[in-house]
Amino acid sequence: MSRQSVARAHQKIQELSWEPMYHQPVSQYGTDYTFRKAQKKDPLKQVLRSYFPMQEEKDHRVYGASDGAIRGNMFRQVQERWLEWQKLFLSIIPLPEISAARAMPLLFRNVPNPELHNGQAIQMIDEVRHSTIQQNLKRLYMNNYIDPAGFNSSLRNFQNDYCGTIGRQFAEGFITGDAITAASIYLTIVAETAFTNTLFVAMPAEAAANGDYLLPTVFHSVQSDESRHISNGYATLLMALADEGNHQLLERDLRYAWWNNHRVVDAAIGTFIEYGTKDRRKDRESYAEMWRRWIYDDYYRSYLVPLEKYGLVIPHDLIEEAWNQIWNKGYVHEVAQFFATGWLANYWRIDPMTDKDFEWFEYKYPGWYDRYGKWWEQYNRLSTPNGHHPIVAEDVDYQYPHRCWVCMVPCLVREDMVMAEVDGQWRTYCHEACRWTDVEAFRPTYQGRNTPNMGQLIGAREWETLYHGWNWADVVKDMGFVRDDGKTMVAQPHLNLDDPKKLWTLDHLRRMPNLQSPNVLLNQMTDADRAAFHANYIRGGPAGRPARD
Amino acid sequence: MTTATERSVPKPVFTDAEAGAKEFPDSTARRFNYYVPRKRKQTHYEDVTVEVQPDPRHYLAQGWLYGFANGKGGYPLDWTALKAWGSDRPEPVRSPGSGGQGYEWPAHGWHEFRDPNEEWELSLYRYNANVVRQVNQNIDAAKQAKAFDQWNPNWVRFVSQHVGAWMHVDHGLGLYLFANANRRGPTNMHNTAIAVNSMHLIRAAQDLALYQLTLDEEIEAFAGAAHLDTWNSDPTWQGVRDLAEQLTAIDDWAEAIFAANIVFQPLIGELFRSHLVMQAAPRNGDFVTPTIVGAEEYDFAERDLRYSTAIFDLLSNDREFAEHNSRIMNGWLAHWVGLAVPAARLLQPLWSQPDSKPARFEDALDRVKSRFAGIVEDLSLDLPKEVER
Repeated sequence: MSRQSVARAHQKIQELSWEPMYHQPVSQYGTDYTFRKAQKKDPLKQVLRSYFPMQEEKDHRVYGASDGAIRGNMFRQVQERWLEWQKLFLSIIPLPEISAARAMPLLFRNVPNPELHNGQAIQMIDEVRHSTIQQNLKRLYMNNYIDPAGFNSSLRNFQNDYCGTIGRQFAEGFITGDAITAASIYLTIVAETAFTNTLFVAMPAEAAANGDYLLPTVFHSVQSDESRHISNGYATLLMALADEGNHQLLERDLRYAWWNNHRVVDAAIGTFIEYGTKDRRKDRESYAEMWRRWIYDDYYRSYLVPLEKYGLVIPHDLIEEAWNQIWNKGYVHEVAQFFATGWLANYWRIDPMTDKDFEWFEYKYPGWYDRYGKWWEQYNRLSTPNGHHPIVAEDVDYQYPHRCWVCMVPCLVREDMVMAEVDGQWRTYCHEACRWTDVEAFRPTYQGRNTPNMGQLIGAREWETLYHGWNWADVVKDMGFVRDDGKTMVAQPHLNLDDPKKLWTLDHLRRMPNLQSPNVLLNQMTDADRAAFHANYIRGGPAGRPARD
Repeated sequence: MTTATERSVPKPVFTDAEAGAKEFPDSTARRFNYYVPRKRKQTHYEDVTVEVQPDPRHYLAQGWLYGFANGKGGYPLDWTALKAWGSDRPEPVRSPGSGGQGYEWPAHGWHEFRDPNEEWELSLYRYNANVVRQVNQNIDAAKQAKAFDQWNPNWVRFVSQHVGAWMHVDHGLGLYLFANANRRGPTNMHNTAIAVNSMHLIRAAQDLALYQLTLDEEIEAFAGAAHLDTWNSDPTWQGVRDLAEQLTAIDDWAEAIFAANIVFQPLIGELFRSHLVMQAAPRNGDFVTPTIVGAEEYDFAERDLRYSTAIFDLLSNDREFAEHNSRIMNGWLAHWVGLAVPAARLLQPLWSQPDSKPARFEDALDRVKSRFAGIVEDLSLDLPKEVER
């Protein structure tokens, strides 16, 4: 169809909507936002007559590439270091995608603009596409990559694992709570508009550099849909801004959504890109450089800042603080170190860093070796069983961290850890912004205003609590992260599959001291001990080092 | 002499990381092991849909993390009155040292549902792309053959007003019943099938709207906006409209799917599409409209009804709650049939509007009642008195 006929066709399909005369559609999702009816145009201008063939054509390209990868033996050139991290990523991402589909109905009754509902319905089916096409990619990896363990148990693992729990926020946050907070601000305005750039553009580029051209094929195809979703979010945001009464809620939600996305997405994608790659060319962009380009410049400066003139209060301080965390406080490195510390509780193998990696890190992040180098040397030394424990139970100058109650990434930048007693329980937070999210934002009143539709943080949010006092072998068995011989672990702190003696088994874990929940222990302390503990904790780090007297 | 600087690009490396290169524990374990397939072998459809939506009753050790204001997270099973076996067992409670075990998979009977259409992205785009291509080709062929010149004035009016009115039903149900319900089912298999159903209806509505656009261009007497008045104020349509609006007002997701696909579509949708439009059109010189309306009919009869009966058949034969479910579904049947039959009867004047008449309204109604009775019997439910033969 020509552009003109697309415009005419789109105009015609607007005649399809109608105002109810006899019964109102069911209203199942509340919001504290208010919207006035407005003739906001559907920015997508998508008509299904052209949409379905377009998507089918995109599918042809994706599945053609998949066949080509298998016939061309792509896996002879894929870096295992990279593919192993995909066991985590591809276990997480189909859920956020399908959750985005499920989020669209939250907007129908709350955003009174039928023209926008068309775009939301198309986004819904786009998201079904993304979820199943990504699940299919994982299936292909499982069938063709050397080590299927972790792919083959993907969705049980993801649901039981603490990393999966961190990632699940990037899904559950879309579909619960205040409808606009969830489906508009958290999902489209922040997650899709800001962070899909690193997820679906930056990360695939790194995949290609590691011999995997299927991930870019699938995810660039996905990203070509995301641009439409970004338009959906923008149109809703402009409608929300039209009502002054929403500005306070928008300010709250942008702060929450921005900070939570930074904590969750930068933790995961930053680790994949920096620690999952073998490409150590000095002129390849680091995650920090990508972040500066894709998120700081493209999202913050080009998208958010111009919205200030419409009254949007932008969390400049938290955007600068996110950058501060990544650049000055080593956020991504701290997370990668923690994932590697806890390798035994995961379902993928984590390759030790080599001298070449060290050199690259030092070049990109001056001072990296002084902070993290020694620990990664210890990781390498302890990577194959030789009468010692896994690194988490060895003395390597690393203090096992507390969990953040909100983002569930541990409190790794030790100086930022804060505590609060909430609902009779002492909780730890990785940063003041996460404390604020729990104590102030996710509450039925906000700054004196009733917010009865705001969601709640629920669930058993500290993973270690579940296994307090358990032997590590039983923990791993309980989660199901064991291979088909009944004893070899799915996870390994190296990539060597040649020698069975180098593979860790449940027998090795039996000898370890029992797992202790930091939060359970914290709540057993007296007030004085707890205050002293906190004072000591925030003097620790970087790289997890305990405070020195 | 110039020297070429080497471009900085990643270098291919031989890693030998392909399946079968080495033997070790799990090296041949190449199937998803977290669910039990419906049949002996796992299907491609199952692999890409099953378990994507978690359930704290079997896995999900830490439970749902975000809740609504009432503290409920995820996909509460009480969003429908129907129950599958195991539904009443409480979610596992977590506490210090509780571990993360739930009930053995699947934990409850909702997870046993599989869409017989096996819909996922590849299938839904292929199917719908084929439909829109065929619809477009049919319309183009008709334009080239000057087929619309054959239409008599009454038929032109009928298509603009009444076929036009039907697209509002498709659009309203597609968006506010089916797309809405894709948030509410207990498993990914339910919600994916429902989302695909939604797109069938929204596409069908657009197929008809764009067909109207073409007719507006091709037929001088065609009133492109006539459908709006018909839908808004023609008494013939107000019963259908009232009912369609009531359908979008249902809170229980399963009742919404049931009322729409088990009751409304067979008794009103098929009555209008198969027994009026598709029968009357050829006699009035129109061979195009039946192909467009027929595409929608196929969506329903061969796909949407199919997955819906699979959902409800499982529930009416549930090993724990068959009686409970049948009682509720019989109540839904009685209620919605009681509304659908009078709404269908209000459509009766449409049968006399074309110059060349289709089969009598009563005969058409008898035929849809007969088909409807078959659907109800297949679900082992009670036939309401309004449709007894």
